[in-house]
Amino acid sequence: MIYSLAIFAPLAGALVSGLLGKTIGDRAAMAASVLGMLVAAVCGPLAFFRLTSGHEEATAFFIADWLQSGHLHVSWALRYDTLSAAMVGMVSFVAMLIHVYSIGYMSHDATRWRFFSYLSLFTFAMLMLVTADNLLQLFFGWEGVGLCSYLLIGYWYDRPSACAAAMKAFIVNRVADLPFAVGLALIYLTFGSIEFDTIFPSAFRHVNDHYHLFGAELRSMEVIGFLLFIGAMGKSAQLFLHVWLPDAMEGPTPVSALIHAATMVTAGVFLMARMSPVMEYAPYALGFVTIVGASTALFAATVGCVQNDIKRVIAYSTCSQLGYMFVAAGVGAYQASVFHLITHAFFKALLFMAAGSVIHAMSDEQDIRKMGGLGKLIPITCAVMWIGNLALAGIPPLAGSYSKDAIISAAYAAHSTPGTYAFVCTVLAAGLTAFYSWRLLFMTFHGNSRADHHVLSHVHESPWVMVGPLCVLALGALFAGWLGHNAFIGEGQKEFWEDAIFNAQWNHAIENLEHVPAWVEHIPLVVALAGIGLAYYMYMVNKLLPIKLAERFGGVYRFLLNKWYFDELYDAIFVRPLICASRVLWRTGDTAIIDGIPNGLAALTTGSSRQIVKLQTGSLAIYAFAMLIGVVSLIGLFMICR
Amino acid sequence: MNAVNNVMGFPLLSLITWLPMAGVLILLTIRGDEKTVATNARWTALWTSLIVMVISLIIWVRFDRADAGFQFVEDVPWLAHYKVGYKMGVDGISVLFVLLSTVLTPLCILASWESIQTKVREFMISFLILETMMVGMFCALDFVVFYMFFEAVLIPMYLIIGIWGGPRRVYAAVKFFLFTLTGSVLMLLALLAMWLHAGTTDIPTLMHTSFPPGMQKWLFLAFFASFAVKVPMWPMHTWLPDAHVEAPTAGSVILAGVLLKMGAYGFARFSIPMLPDASAYFAPFIFTLSVVAVIYTSLVALAQEDMKKLIAYSSVAHMGVVTIGLFTFNEEGIQGGLFMMLSHGVVSAALFLIVGVIYDRIHTREIARYGGLADRMPCYAFAFMLFAMASVGLPGTAGFVGEFLVIVGAFKVNFWLAMLGGAGMILGAAYTLYLYRRVMFGRITRDDLRGIMDLSAREWAVFAPLIVLTMWMGVYPSSFTGFWDASVAAMVKQHTAALAESVKLAGVLH
Repeated sequence: MIYSLAIFAPLAGALVSGLLGKTIGDRAAMAASVLGMLVAAVCGPLAFFRLTSGHEEATAFFIADWLQSGHLHVSWALRYDTLSAAMVGMVSFVAMLIHVYSIGYMSHDATRWRFFSYLSLFTFAMLMLVTADNLLQLFFGWEGVGLCSYLLIGYWYDRPSACAAAMKAFIVNRVADLPFAVGLALIYLTFGSIEFDTIFPSAFRHVNDHYHLFGAELRSMEVIGFLLFIGAMGKSAQLFLHVWLPDAMEGPTPVSALIHAATMVTAGVFLMARMSPVMEYAPYALGFVTIVGASTALFAATVGCVQNDIKRVIAYSTCSQLGYMFVAAGVGAYQASVFHLITHAFFKALLFMAAGSVIHAMSDEQDIRKMGGLGKLIPITCAVMWIGNLALAGIPPLAGSYSKDAIISAAYAAHSTPGTYAFVCTVLAAGLTAFYSWRLLFMTFHGNSRADHHVLSHVHESPWVMVGPLCVLALGALFAGWLGHNAFIGEGQKEFWEDAIFNAQWNHAIENLEHVPAWVEHIPLVVALAGIGLAYYMYMVNKLLPIKLAERFGGVYRFLLNKWYFDELYDAIFVRPLICASRVLWRTGDTAIIDGIPNGLAALTTGSSRQIVKLQTGSLAIYAFAMLIGVVSLIGLFMICR
Repeated sequence: MNAVNNVMGFPLLSLITWLPMAGVLILLTIRGDEKTVATNARWTALWTSLIVMVISLIIWVRFDRADAGFQFVEDVPWLAHYKVGYKMGVDGISVLFVLLSTVLTPLCILASWESIQTKVREFMISFLILETMMVGMFCALDFVVFYMFFEAVLIPMYLIIGIWGGPRRVYAAVKFFLFTLTGSVLMLLALLAMWLHAGTTDIPTLMHTSFPPGMQKWLFLAFFASFAVKVPMWPMHTWLPDAHVEAPTAGSVILAGVLLKMGAYGFARFSIPMLPDASAYFAPFIFTLSVVAVIYTSLVALAQEDMKKLIAYSSVAHMGVVTIGLFTFNEEGIQGGLFMMLSHGVVSAALFLIVGVIYDRIHTREIARYGGLADRMPCYAFAFMLFAMASVGLPGTAGFVGEFLVIVGAFKVNFWLAMLGGAGMILGAAYTLYLYRRVMFGRITRDDLRGIMDLSAREWAVFAPLIVLTMWMGVYPSSFTGFWDASVAAMVKQHTAALAESVKLAGVLH
C-alpha cells in the first residue's frame, strides 16, 4: 500500500501542522509536514517505478462509498495506472523539494505552521486529483487545489493586493468550474455513470448520441469535450481565463513554484489526457483545444517579453508553456502533453525557486530593472537559472528540447487547419520564449549592477536548504527529457502507457512525430538561438535599443506591458456592471419595489384610517348638520326619481 | 395506519415533541432573584434540550432505511366525527429535519448563554415552545395537526424577534408575522377544500388521493402562497433580511436552520405528492422564480454592508437551488434539494453563529467596522473559513453534495436550468469570499479589535458539532441520503405514475 501512503502522508502532515501547529510550535509543525512529504516522495516515485517495471498491475484501490443517489454511485478510490502513477511520482517529488526549500525561504515568517499546513494540504488535494477513479473525486481534488491556491496566494493576508489576487484566482476558477460541473452532469446523463471504468470502455458506443442545445442536435461527445475543456481553461490559465495567474504571484515564491508552475495549473492538461477516451471522439472540441492552446502560447510569450517583475515573466512563461501542452492534447498527442507537463514541472519549479533565491538575496526586490551583475555574487543560483532557461528554450540535450520539439512536430504532423495554426504559433512562441528568458538572465545576472549599494552589500547566496533542492531540480532539467523520451513518446510508449491513455485507431499523432521533415525538427532550435542572439544584442550590446523601440512603438509596447488590457476589459464588461447591478437590485428592486408594495399598503391603511378618524369630532351640532344634509339629499333624490 | 410500524410500541415522537413543554413547566416554577432565575433558566433549558436531543437520536438508530413508508406512527382519535386525528410519524423525508431541529436547539441555547441578559427565563420558555412546534410540524401526519404546528411556530419566533431583537425589532417582527400569515390563510382554504373532497385530513391518505387536475391548480396556488413565503422564494423574500438582522443570534440560527426548511418541506410533503399534475404544470414557473432568486439575491448579497443581511440573502439564493431540485421530479434533483436543505440548515446556522461571536464582542454587524481579525482569532478564522467554504459548496463539505445533485437533476430537465441554477457557484464564491476578506483579512486598524478574544470553550462546544457535521455530510453523505433513498424513489415513482395516469385519462376524454 505504498501508493496510498504516498497520498495520505501529506494529509497527515497537513492535519498535524494545521490543527496542532499553534500548540507544538513552528519547528515541530514544519518537521511533521516535511516528514509527511518525505514519506510521500519515497513512496510516490517507488510506486511509479514498480508499475512501469511490471512489478504491479494497473488497478484501483477502493476506499469507501461517497455518494449514492438514484443511479448515481460514486466512491472514494485511488486509481493506479501509468498516468496517475507518473503524476503522483512527479507531484510528490517536486512538492517535497519545495517543502524543503520553504524551510529556508520562509524562515523569517511568523506563522510557518500555517504555511506548511496549507502546502501539505495542497499536495494532498493534488494527489487526490491525479489518482481519482471517477470524475467527482477528480472534481474534489480540483476544487481542493483551488482552495489551497486561494489560501496560499492570500497567505500574507495583510496585503490588500494579495487578498485581491487570491479572490480573483478563486472566482475566475469558479467561472470555469461551473461548465465543468455541468459537463459532469452530461457525462452522467450519457453514460449513466461517472466512474472511469464505466465511461472509458463504453465511449465508442455513445459516439452517435446527441444532445439538444442551442436549438440544434449536437453530438454529446462534442458538448462534453467543450464543457470539460472550459473547466481546464480556468485551472490551466488559458487565454480569456488566464487573468488570475499573473496576479497569483502575490503568494510566496515556493507557492508559485509548486502550484502555479509545476502542479495545479497542469491539472487541465492532465484532465485532457485522462479523458482521452472521450476527447478522441470529439474532433471539434479538440480543434478548439488546439487553437486556444496555440493562441495562449503566443499571447503569453508576447506579454512575457516586456514584463519587468522577475516572477511575472516566469508566470507568463508558464502560461505559454501550458498552451504548448494543450496543443499537444488537441492534436491527439496526449503522451507528448504529459511528457512536457513532467519535464516542465522540473525546469519551471527550478526557475521559480531560483527567482525566489534572487529575491531572497536582493532583500525582496523583484524588479529586474533594479538588478544586474548578480552572477558573480550568487553563482549557484545563476548557474541553475541558466540550466532552467536552457531547458525551457529547448536547447539540446536538455529536458525541454525533447518534449517541446515533440509538440511542435506533432502540430505540424497533424496536417489540419488548427494544427498548422498551432505550428506557426508555437514556433513563433519558441523564439519569443528564448528571447524573454535571456532578457531575464542578462538583466538579472550580467552586465552592470543597477541596484543601490545598500541592497547590493546584503546580496548573499541562499542557505543550503534552499540551494540543495535547486540543484536536484537542475539535474531533472538536465536529464529528465533524455531519460524519459523513449518511454513517454518514443518507441516504448505503447507498453509504457498501456491503457492509461487512449488513441483512436485513426490517430497516429505519436507515430507521426518521428516522420516529420528535417526542417521541422530543426526549426525550434534555430528560432531559439535567434531569440537568444537578439536578447544578447539588445540587452548586452546595444542597450539603448529597447528604450528606443519602446518609444518608437509606444502603442505596441503599452499594449503588451498592460497584458493586452484584459484586466481593464473584464473590469469594464463584467466586474463593474455586476457591482452596479447588485446595488441597483438592492436599492431599487428590493427596497423600493418589492418592499414598497407591502409598506405602501400598510401606509395606505394607517393613512386612510387617520383621515376617517377626523370625521368623528364628537360635536353634536356637526352630527346634526350632517344628518340634516343627508335627509335633505335623500328626500331630494326621492322627489327627483319619482 | 398500522401501529406495528411503531417499533418501540411507545409514543417516541410525541415524547420528543412535548418534552420541551415539560421544561417550560419547570422554568415557570423557578423562583428567586433575577440572577438565580437566569442561571437556573439557562441550565434547565439546556438540559431539557439535551435530553430531547439524546432521545431523538434513538430515531437515528432505529429508523428502518429500507422502508419508504411512515415509521414510529402514533394514531390517536381526536375529532373522530370529522375524521381528524392526532397522528404522528416520520418517513425518510421528514426524519432528518426532526433531528436537525433537536440538534440545533441546544446549540442555540448555548449560543445565547451570555448574549441574552434580559428576561432570560422568558427567552428560554419561548425557545422550548419553539422546539415543540418545530418538531411537531415535521412529525405531524394529519393536516390539521400540521397546520396548527405550522402556524404556531410563528408565535414564539415573533416574540423572540420582537422582544430580544435589535433596534427595528418591532417592524421586523410584524413584517415577519404578516408576510407568513397572509400566505397561510390561503393554505387553510386549501386544507378545507381537500378535506371536503377527500373526507379526511390524514396525510398518507391524501398522498394517495387523486384530485381533479383543475382543482389541483387552485390548491397548488394556495399552497404556493404559503410555502413560497416561508422558503422564501423571490419576490416574497424581503421579510427575511429584516427578520435576520433584528433577531438575536439564536433566533437567526433557528430561522435559517429550521424555519426556512418548512416551506420547502411543505412542497415536498404536500404539493409534489398530492398535486402531481399541478406541480408538473407549474414547474417552469417555479424554476423561473428560483433562477431569478439565485442570481438576483446573490447579486444583492454582493452589495450588502451588514453581515447578517448578507448571509440572509445568501440563504434565499441557496433555497432557490433547493426549489429547483425539488421540482425536477427526478431522484437526483429531489435528493439534492433535500440534502441542500439539510446542509443549509447546518451551514447557514453556523454562519449566523459565526457572526454572533464577533457581534457579542464588538456589538456591530457592519462589515466595514471589522478587518484583520484573522491575526487575533486564528481558531475563529479557521471555523469561519470552513463554513464559508461549505456555503460556497466546496467538495468535501456539506454544501457540495446538494448543489451537485441539484445540477445533475436540473440538467436532466434542461441545460440552461443547470447552468443558471448553478450560477450560484460563481456568485456565491464572490460574495462569501468578499465578506471573508473584509472581515478577516487586511490589517487591524481599530483599537477595540486589537484586544479581541479568540473562541472561548463554550463557543468551541457550539461549533465543534457543526464542524463535524459539515465535514461528515461532505465526505460520507451516504449516512444521510440513506434515510431518504427509499422514500424519494417511491415519491418519484408515484409522481411518474400519476402523470402517466392523467395523460391516459386525457386521452380517453378526447
